[in-house]
Amino acid sequence: MLLSVKNLRVSYDKIRALHGFDFHVNEGEIVCIIGANGAGKSTTLRAISQLVPVEQGSTIEFMGENLFKYTADKVVSQLGISHVPEGRRIFGNLTVMENLKLATFSRKDSDGIHRDMARVFEIFPRLDERKQQKAGTMSGGEQQMLAVGRAFMSGRRIMLLDEPSMGLAPLLMQGMFDALRQINEEGTAILLVEQNARMALKFAQRGYVLETGNLVLEGKSSDLMGNPEVKKAYLGG
Amino acid sequence: MEFFLQNVVNALQWGSFYALIALGYSMVYGVLLLFNFAHGDIFMVGAYVGFFVATGLLLLVSSLGLVSMPGWVVLVLVILVAMFITAFVGVAVERIGYRPLRQAPRASAAITGLMIGIIFETGNLALLGARRLSFPELIETTTYTIGGVTVTNKRIMIVAVSLLLMFALHQFVQRTKWGMAMRAMAYDFAVVPLMGVPLNSIAALTFGLGSALAAAAGILFGVAYPVLSPYMGIVVGWKAFVAAILGGRGSILGAALAGFLLGFIEIFVATIFPSTLRDLIAFSIILLILVFRPHGFFGEAHTSRLRL
Ligand SMILES: Nc1ncnc2c1ncn2[C@@H]1O[C@H](COP(=O)(O)OP(=O)(O)O)[C@@H](O)[C@H]1O
Ligand SMILES: [Mg+2]
Repeated sequence: MLLSVKNLRVSYDKIRALHGFDFHVNEGEIVCIIGANGAGKSTTLRAISQLVPVEQGSTIEFMGENLFKYTADKVVSQLGISHVPEGRRIFGNLTVMENLKLATFSRKDSDGIHRDMARVFEIFPRLDERKQQKAGTMSGGEQQMLAVGRAFMSGRRIMLLDEPSMGLAPLLMQGMFDALRQINEEGTAILLVEQNARMALKFAQRGYVLETGNLVLEGKSSDLMGNPEVKKAYLGG
Repeated sequence: MEFFLQNVVNALQWGSFYALIALGYSMVYGVLLLFNFAHGDIFMVGAYVGFFVATGLLLLVSSLGLVSMPGWVVLVLVILVAMFITAFVGVAVERIGYRPLRQAPRASAAITGLMIGIIFETGNLALLGARRLSFPELIETTTYTIGGVTVTNKRIMIVAVSLLLMFALHQFVQRTKWGMAMRAMAYDFAVVPLMGVPLNSIAALTFGLGSALAAAAGILFGVAYPVLSPYMGIVVGWKAFVAAILGGRGSILGAALAGFLLGFIEIFVATIFPSTLRDLIAFSIILLILVFRPHGFFGEAHTSRLRL
């Protein structure tokens, strides 16, 4: 098991956002967490990336190791857990190239960096064309490519994706998920968080359904897609 | 015309001090969204560190019989060593004073900054007493007269060293990965750890760089005005702070330009109006500029700084 989360509880100012969430991701797998706005999806990813403190009793293990021993930057640079945050959050004042380079800040393997950089430009030729452009002046779709490319450069064992489809036109969205599948096929596991349940379940092998901080359903994507409650609540009937 | 040029020379010198100090305010504010109100006192500490390094170095030179070591070599060494030492003072200020307050209300950090400044001032008094130290004369003054304008070698050196340091800082921020991380932090703090960048190191670096520049300013100031005082950083520090605001949030170019502009405004206001009104009028002009450019020269009205 690559990532194992047990009894995850997170509170913001005494209001609990996650009430003991259990889930796991296997090596090479694509797993999704679906749920409405405010369900606690982003909070889950933030907890893995060590951006929010978790409550006593929560455990997160990565490759059998206690993840809480690592600070946020070490989670990325030493464990290889990359995170594409909600709303892309690219550095608009840096160029495309600088955004990608920054993501290798703590990497020492210059050969590997070169190879990965070349791969990013293969997967997203658009970024190659725009290398020297200020990232803030790119379109939403291009910024999403950059956000994923940046994550690809920073860590490769697992990629945490927070609503990558948000604000993308259907065609761009399809392109994005095709790219993500390629990245996955090259060995990176994916934990995808989405409000767009149809897209997420089509993409992932397994899924978890989160409702106001509680796990309500889990299973294979095909089973979840056939589940009447999921259909009613998340797939529009 | 000669009168004008003479004042230009003065303004460039004062502008150099303001610009070097303003850069520290501006970088720290840009990267950490924090006004380091102890920064003026770090300028003072830098001047004193420079004093002790210079005194020690002169002793060493004479005891080793290296009488032939030229004064400017000593000066360069003093500047570099004092910048290095003062950088660690800045790092300590961040680590001890500000880091525990990252999540605290901004007012707490402001009060802490003022407190740290007072500690530096009174600590200096307690350690060294009330006697005024005199910065050693490292280079002899040579005066040149060009077309009726007198310029000393010291003034030329002060302006040249300041410009060189600003250029070096600019290169560092634009070309190195640490500079890139600083720029990224200024844009969107919360996402930087996700790039595998240790925030605390970048915060420390920012303080270190700003403090090193303030130390350089302190030594250059000591070269021009050799009498050091524990309170020498207060007024100069406030003025540099205003220059940093005028330059725009976190803008290096802005802080440098605004520092020089402040030097010019001050000097030229003093040539027209009675010198008692100098600060009043100079600051009124700056306020007026800020009315029309509320974010300063290069400040941005908006940056995304949401929590992740
Ligand atoms: N920074 C925060 N401060 C306070 N409450 C928050 C914060 N972030 C999220 N929350 C709350 O936590 C709950 C879960 O939010 P989130 O994880 O962002 O949900 P999702 O990503 O599923 O939309 C919501 O009730 C939200 O209002
Ligand atoms: Mg969310």
